[in-house]
Amino acid sequence: MSADIAIEELHFSFNAGERPVTLFDKLKLTVGRGETFGILGPSGCGKSTLLRIIAGVQRHWSGRIRLFEHAIVPGARFKGALRREIQMVFQDPYASLHPLHTVERALTEPLVVHGVADAGTVALERLQEVGLSAHLARRYPRELSGGQRQRVAIARALLLGPRLLLLDEPTSALDLSAQAEILNLLNRLKRSHDMTLILVSHDRGVIAHLCDRAAVMQGGRIEKILHRSELSQV
Amino acid sequence: MPDEASKLLVRELTVRSAAPGERALVDGVSFAVGTERVALVGESGSGKSLTARAILGLPSPPLTAVAAELRFGAIDLQDLDARAWAALRGSRLSLVLQDPRRSLNPVLTVGWQLHEALQLHGRYSRAERLERIEAMLHSVGLAPSVLSLYPQQLSGGMGQRVVLAMMLLNGPGLLIADEPTSALDVSLRDQVLELMCGLVSAHGTGLLLISHDLQQVARHCDRVLIMYRGRIVDTCPAAALPLSTHPYTRTLWSSRPNGRTYGTELPVFDPT
Amino acid sequence: MKGSSAALRFGVAVLGVWVVVAIAAPWLSPYDPLQQQIEARLQAPSLAHWLGTDSLGRDLLSRLLYGARPTLLLVALVATVMAPIGLTLGILGGYFSGGLDRILSGLTNVVMAFPQLVLALAFVGLLGPGLLNVALALILTGWPAYARLSRAETQLLRRSDYIAAAEMLDIRGPRLLFGHLLPACLPALRARLALDLAGVVLTAAALGFLGLGARPPTPEWGTMVAEGGRVVFDQWWLAAAPGAAIFLLSIAFNSIADGLRAGNSHAG
Repeated sequence: MSADIAIEELHFSFNAGERPVTLFDKLKLTVGRGETFGILGPSGCGKSTLLRIIAGVQRHWSGRIRLFEHAIVPGARFKGALRREIQMVFQDPYASLHPLHTVERALTEPLVVHGVADAGTVALERLQEVGLSAHLARRYPRELSGGQRQRVAIARALLLGPRLLLLDEPTSALDLSAQAEILNLLNRLKRSHDMTLILVSHDRGVIAHLCDRAAVMQGGRIEKILHRSELSQV
Repeated sequence: MPDEASKLLVRELTVRSAAPGERALVDGVSFAVGTERVALVGESGSGKSLTARAILGLPSPPLTAVAAELRFGAIDLQDLDARAWAALRGSRLSLVLQDPRRSLNPVLTVGWQLHEALQLHGRYSRAERLERIEAMLHSVGLAPSVLSLYPQQLSGGMGQRVVLAMMLLNGPGLLIADEPTSALDVSLRDQVLELMCGLVSAHGTGLLLISHDLQQVARHCDRVLIMYRGRIVDTCPAAALPLSTHPYTRTLWSSRPNGRTYGTELPVFDPT
Repeated sequence: MKGSSAALRFGVAVLGVWVVVAIAAPWLSPYDPLQQQIEARLQAPSLAHWLGTDSLGRDLLSRLLYGARPTLLLVALVATVMAPIGLTLGILGGYFSGGLDRILSGLTNVVMAFPQLVLALAFVGLLGPGLLNVALALILTGWPAYARLSRAETQLLRRSDYIAAAEMLDIRGPRLLFGHLLPACLPALRARLALDLAGVVLTAAALGFLGLGARPPTPEWGTMVAEGGRVVFDQWWLAAAPGAAIFLLSIAFNSIADGLRAGNSHAG
């Protein structure tokens, strides 16, 4: 299995007050083609930061990162194909959708910016693909339930046809039934889109339900890698 | 703490918002809690937190709460003024909330607040108070050194233990806990809940636990009431939960993801 | 929550009344505000002149109604220029940080260090009296508050998930600044603006009182208060009426600000 994502010697530190704190030191990780890879750990272990580094949102790291055929340079924004191919679904669906933009705007704007023809129609298609009806397009995020908002966030992440989908605790802020719906949706989308997934969660059950392999993270270090056989025991 | 005096009796409790024509947020809910551990389980919007607040006389306007009967032992809870409530809450009827930071005063030390809890509701000498406090701290697994700390210096788990200690100091007949572990790390949740249930049983206190986590309450409670959209749709003993035939309960119980549900569709409740 | 929308409704209603008065002054005024009738000077309120006449025999009611115009014009001018300038500079500084931010922050701090009324006086003293100059003075001294506000909001919002999400979708530049950051800054800004406008009404009246506002014989409330001040012990209504008008307009903006601010804290 050729590795789609290869991270080596990753180093990341931040300033807590005046003292610099090292979070990652020589972190190493590989994710294979089309895999659904989980990162399991308690809050503060660094799993979200790792995801944001892979997403290109957090750029102050050092080390070597290869995402597909692109070698990532620390400090540089992702551009062009690389930027399109890596997308993320955030934890709090209310915080990741602009509160003053309608669902329609949230879904058409990225398409317009990338010059996709017929943005309105494509946006509606994506909306229906995540199981939402077209009439919700004119609603604002505050008028939607948590599960609905997260579906919009997922639809938005899929707009540009990403090859890598990053999910930061996608169901932590949701009810049990909303969580079940989103997990079912993700399972379906995994099969219909050709994507590699990296899923971060503190919930062992969620990781075990979705992932082929998972890294257990603690204090910025990967303690061990769980394979499918071990995950099925969870 | 006699049994009958601790019985909480709720009959036909209804909470409405001011908006006309909308469904009641809590719709004719009835149940009783004795010296046992009862869980009120539901998802967001089910009305479980509002039920707890209504019982404690706390619903904020524009919400209105009415009940055919709302009694705690011989006390009619619908007939209390502010002073009577102040005397009742924290002594015979206690509340533990989700976020310990909201129950603890940030400008007073833990010790100050624990002493105050005793002073408000009883007459003890300083030495007696200290003795009771240290005994309580021991049973919640905290060292006496915590007395000189401020709430901000406590971790989530420690803070919740402090709140628990504070709420149990006066030996209440009933403890109402509203999602007491939701703000804690997953690894701490079972610990804190086990502590709570253990203490409650040891002191002969009743427990009404509000939660959204059916499997968690099944491990720690005797009886479970399931709420959906303002109504209690199912009640059953905790041990019988896996065998429940009620569609909503079954869905809540089995829609938890785990290693064995890999690749399968999780059951989703269809209200129709 | 009910209280806040009541405040908002009250404020908007009173403001609306003044706007209508200002626009319809020619039709609502019983007399020409500039027409002098020296024989009828300093008359008490009567059926002929509801608010009496001033020292040149001009009908006070008509002057009061027409007097809404310069004040409201000033408020409109200041509102439409001052806030956008401050907003834009603040967003630019807050988003880009670095050198640009340091220059803009420095400028903001310098201007903010001066008390607004004193600075406005200096400007008007330099440029000469007149409505436009008063507006200019207020704009040039008032924008820093908005720059500071929107800079702080922008710095906060930069870390929010929806801005990160927009970045990941390659939404950047003016589209990001004005389509995403700016709308999010607006709620806080609106409340602040309404409050400031209450102050603008008072500052403009103060400048008019000092003779630095609209040139006579144009009726303007501040100037009218000054004129009325000279005869306040005998014909107190000459100062009281324009004073009440200033008060009512200022209160309207205060109520609007109150309602908006309370609305913000509930929506947040």
